[in-house]
Amino acid sequence: MTRKRRRLVLIGSALAVLAVAVALVLSALKDSIVFFNSPTDVVERHVTPGSRIRLGGLVKDGSVVRGNDLAVRFDVTDGENTIAVAYQGILPDLFREGQGVVTEGVLDPSGVFKADSVLAKHDENYMPKEVADALKRSGHWNEGGGQKVGAAPQGRTQ
Amino acid sequence: MIPELGHFALVLALFLALIQASVPLLGARRNDSLLMGVAGTTAIGQFCFVALAFAALIASYVQSDFSVQTVFENSHSAMPLIYKITSAWGNHEGSMLLWVLILALFGALVAIFGGNLPDRLRANVLGVQSWIAVAFDLFILLTSNPFLRIADAPIEGRDLNPLLQDLGLAIHPPLLYLGYVGFSITFSFAIAALIEGRVDAAWARWVRPWALLAWTFLTLGIAMGSYWAYYTLGWGGWWFWDPVENASLMPWLAGTALLHSALVTEKRNALKVWTILLAILAFSLSLIGTFLVRSGVLTSVHAFASDPTRGIFILAILTLFIGGALALFAWRAPILKQGGLFAPISREGALVLNNLFLVSACATVVFGTLYPLGLEVLTGSKISVGAPFFNWTFGPIFIVLMTVVPFGPLMAWKRGDLLGVAQRLVGAIAVALIGIAVTFAVEGGGPILVPFAIGLALYLLAGAATDLIERTGLLKVPAATALARARGLPRSAWGTALAHAGLAVTLLGIIGETQWGAERIADVKPGQVLSIRRYDFQFDGTTERQGPNYHELAAHFTVRHAGDFVGVMEPSKRTFPSRGTDTNEAALMTRGFAQLYLSLGDVTPDGGIAVRLYYKPLVLLIWLGAVVMAMGGALSLSDRRLRIGAPMPARRKAAAMQPAE
Repeated sequence: MTRKRRRLVLIGSALAVLAVAVALVLSALKDSIVFFNSPTDVVERHVTPGSRIRLGGLVKDGSVVRGNDLAVRFDVTDGENTIAVAYQGILPDLFREGQGVVTEGVLDPSGVFKADSVLAKHDENYMPKEVADALKRSGHWNEGGGQKVGAAPQGRTQ
Repeated sequence: MIPELGHFALVLALFLALIQASVPLLGARRNDSLLMGVAGTTAIGQFCFVALAFAALIASYVQSDFSVQTVFENSHSAMPLIYKITSAWGNHEGSMLLWVLILALFGALVAIFGGNLPDRLRANVLGVQSWIAVAFDLFILLTSNPFLRIADAPIEGRDLNPLLQDLGLAIHPPLLYLGYVGFSITFSFAIAALIEGRVDAAWARWVRPWALLAWTFLTLGIAMGSYWAYYTLGWGGWWFWDPVENASLMPWLAGTALLHSALVTEKRNALKVWTILLAILAFSLSLIGTFLVRSGVLTSVHAFASDPTRGIFILAILTLFIGGALALFAWRAPILKQGGLFAPISREGALVLNNLFLVSACATVVFGTLYPLGLEVLTGSKISVGAPFFNWTFGPIFIVLMTVVPFGPLMAWKRGDLLGVAQRLVGAIAVALIGIAVTFAVEGGGPILVPFAIGLALYLLAGAATDLIERTGLLKVPAATALARARGLPRSAWGTALAHAGLAVTLLGIIGETQWGAERIADVKPGQVLSIRRYDFQFDGTTERQGPNYHELAAHFTVRHAGDFVGVMEPSKRTFPSRGTDTNEAALMTRGFAQLYLSLGDVTPDGGIAVRLYYKPLVLLIWLGAVVMAMGGALSLSDRRLRIGAPMPARRKAAAMQPAE
């Protein structure tokens, strides 16, 4: 094999592997990316029922209703809009009323969000970063009211 | 007094670093051995002073000196001693000090064990290493000083994040940093080579042991982190494709590629430019990982503080070092003398293929990790890139990589014989086919991929064994001869086989855990029995206990297997009043390589309790495989010392713990 052909083989196989990697990334991007939405986003952007999204906001005070077999319903709000969430399973340790939460699942046609995971992905001030930003956008962010992001350690349980 | 001492020691370390970052490089330029010799002394001195600073910090924690800000924020007088010590690095400031300590440690190791390096290379390496030290010393002193005092010392501390009050904190960060930061040395070697404009087989021989050392620790560190997350988070998961996990995986992938490409440079004097680039990339990815984890762009248990000046400072360091290194690379790489090209079908060719796959896999992880951050900065929309993305991109690439792994060690250098190698792998392929058939027969239905994955793992395992069998002539010569040959085999051959077998073991564990596990989530009342895979769990009731700095609710379960008593499990929930947070202490019971996993949810008003119950077959193999890989790394490392004819007295060889190259 000549030098030139060897070089060609090398470059050719490199490009082939790279092309496969790029193709995989592009196809995965189409199917497996989940967008974060606040309740207002869900209402305004008309999220299509059945598409997988993340919904984040505050757990509305007094909205948590527990049913049989670890079923639970609660409302997620950003102060302007509220979405009902249904979930079955164990809630994270740090799930509290009045505090931030991120859920992942699909919206059903009746407008209830069927969550299959509830994340307590937040710092010790019970505020996920996405939720804090969403609240700031909707103007329901009260600085200092237990919601400040201080210079203190952060924890998450996922 | 002690914190001030620590602070002062750190400042002195910075000054030593400044000297080391300039004088030896000047010496190397002027060929002045006196100036070059400064590097060794300052490197050891730097390590001593950083170690003193670190010891001072630990002393402040042990004494619960709450007049020190970080001690107040992260410690509590009622904590057990071990957590008082580990909480020293369970926060942003202390963990950065640990980072710098390990950076200085690697510099000192090169100074001590690098006696056989050419003077200029050694001076340049230590000089470059010290640039990194200057940057991070400044970062600590200017933005993250762990020794800051509070004017009015509080009586009690705010306690360590309860999730971190675990033995894992004593093991995981030091191991991970030894790996992560260890790649700084290979980076320094690469930059030194670019400065000198010379890379040869000897350079690769000196670099490889350091890459191997860092890689071995990083492997253990990642595995330890994964096991810690598995038992402490109560979700039963061991890998979440979370950005902070990816931050450690990216340098591991680049480092693995580096190990293999440095082999080609060492043995065949080829792939030089590529090896240099990989050395730069591995440490750049470590730096990116540090940035992701330490700057507060991500919310995670690893992100301790979100002070924007810190993020910008690390970003500046990142840009400076990665940008600078790549610019230097672009400028100097063309003058490096190119090694020869080689036949595609050869050991070198196989290693290149390995590098292609590893780097592509690494690229997908980098993309998946940084894409959400980039998208948010550019468009403001927040997305999450989770497991499905990585399973779909990283997974296939890695599976193909694993099918070619056994070919590498069997292939001859220069010109290999693909057919011959395939013939020698017939045994391994047969083992794989039997594995596929048996799994298929036992499984009946189920995902078709599972039997093939099992086959792949067995093929990898048998492939690693094939290499050893071929080399020792086992099955062909008498057992005694084979045994003698096995003893005579270079340890690196054993290392390679072990590392590749470790990969197979981990794969087996992953398949077992994800495909054959069982999960139950239920609400149980006292006396009730839960069953999973012939295991019965009888809930006996709950007890309340008081720990040193927490209150605990423990649930008592009696476990029976097919009717026979096998033990009790006591998962619990702990409430830490000083932080107002709860943690979940899962109970684990090991049965062979399988584990039973029990964790608690909420207590229901009618006296019941929600539980998560998992049966995880083969789960221990996931981490055992990583330990086997690390053992392979360690074996290989011990070999290099013996094999390299470095001019060094025999007695010192035996005493040297670290590679002496």
